[in-house]
Amino acid sequence: MNAITYFPGCSLKDSAASFERSTVAVMERLGHPLEELPRWTCCGTVAALATDDLMHLVAAVRNFERAQKIEAEEIVAPCAMCFNTLRQVAMRVNVDVEARDKINAFMNEEEDYEGGVAVRHLLEILRDRVGWDAIEEKVTEPLFDLPVSAYYGCTLVRPSGVGIDDPAAPAVLGDLLEALGATVVKTPFDTECCGSYQVVDRRDLAVDRSLRILRAAITRGAAVIATSCPLCQYNLEEARRGALAEGMLVEATAPVVAYFTELMAAAMGLDEELLPADLRAAVVRSRETTPEGV
Amino acid sequence: MTDEKPTQIFIMGKAYDVPPGVTIMDAMEYAGYRFVRGAGCRSGFCGACGTVYRKEGDYRFEFALACQEMVQDGMHLTQLPFTPAPRAAYELPSLDSSENVLLQYYPEIARCVSCNTCTKACPQDLEVMEYVQAALRGDLAEVAALSFDCIQCGLCAMRCPADIKHYHMAQLARRLLSVSASPVPEHLTERLKAMASGACGEELDELVGLDVDALKERYSAREIEPAAEGAA
Repeated sequence: MNAITYFPGCSLKDSAASFERSTVAVMERLGHPLEELPRWTCCGTVAALATDDLMHLVAAVRNFERAQKIEAEEIVAPCAMCFNTLRQVAMRVNVDVEARDKINAFMNEEEDYEGGVAVRHLLEILRDRVGWDAIEEKVTEPLFDLPVSAYYGCTLVRPSGVGIDDPAAPAVLGDLLEALGATVVKTPFDTECCGSYQVVDRRDLAVDRSLRILRAAITRGAAVIATSCPLCQYNLEEARRGALAEGMLVEATAPVVAYFTELMAAAMGLDEELLPADLRAAVVRSRETTPEGV
Repeated sequence: MTDEKPTQIFIMGKAYDVPPGVTIMDAMEYAGYRFVRGAGCRSGFCGACGTVYRKEGDYRFEFALACQEMVQDGMHLTQLPFTPAPRAAYELPSLDSSENVLLQYYPEIARCVSCNTCTKACPQDLEVMEYVQAALRGDLAEVAALSFDCIQCGLCAMRCPADIKHYHMAQLARRLLSVSASPVPEHLTERLKAMASGACGEELDELVGLDVDALKERYSAREIEPAAEGAA
């Protein structure tokens, strides 16, 4: 089977290193090894697309050109933010020949990008190519009775046409968690924004939004919130840390925030080193409370 | 001047005939310019003479070191005295390289749009944009490896639409790496200790007392790399 061309993105190499480690390990276990796109650059981030100019598309197109160079028809991103940015640009330059020509003329040190490279999120590969059944087969330590909130945020599902699932009632992450044996906890905040980049200029705003997401999960008994974006992860963790310090939340009920691939690694019995201590503790706790024979 | 046909260049718009096969710097001096800044080692190493030029019929800027690049017919030239690019102030031993220090001291690297203009401007042919990208993901070793041959000419920073100070940032990366990942050299530690306790004091006093000509003589006669014992 051909390896999947993988676009890590900057965060997975830095602040979200555990996202990358668990991603690489679970895909290896599933028999779909990842091969890192050579000489990839920053995707540009969704914020860059807020400006209506071609310059901010260059970063993404350069990555497509590098995928084209190795004859890869698609690139797969685990980070929801990178995925969203790259797919939005792909959807534009794969059809807008005028924009593509202009970018190609600017990037005169590279081969022309001809269009046609598809961008997929890792969850799409798991759902559409690997399949929930195949994942379930690899689960050796099911997360029985672990209540997990499937937090989508914005970039996995919006805008419609770009997102990987129904923007109002997505199922993909919940379906994955069920395949791992977890109990999915639905909240009205599953597709609410965490505050995103506002954390830089309006920290209070991001903390406020993230706290609402955390509280909705607590009210419904979630032990873990599953994420797919390093920025969501950061905002939720920061809000959690602050609220614990100020006594607004208590350790016993505040859900652990974890990447979905870390939960997969836990269910597949992969090296415990892959799991952050707080997630490992939550998984152990849920197993201890699970009655024999379940 | 030889019998060869002279090369015609344009310095700040004015035509000059200069001998063929000389460097941009020599040609400009031949034409009567005198460099106070924008010239240094004249050996392609110090980075003081980073320069830009255009050739007739070509829409692109070309980049070079004036002391290394030979003049060509139809070159349009000037010489850049300096690149204004502030360097961050830091206390190296107090930096925590587990954090992305590069992003802290040079936050503008986050403005990189991968346009690659810096790479096109590098007279050393370094993959400048690639090392900025490596810096964004905190990969000190990659930044250091890709920027190792940087001579700090500053042309990358001059051209960057995102106002990144590539070469200063890469220097910080190399310094961080040397502090965090390289072994402490024993001989250097010993030497520093000796100097702190007054070794070389007399020799230094003697040098301070010399006049310029005597200093020049000493400098020219200096032994750069002492021959290893037993070497032929």
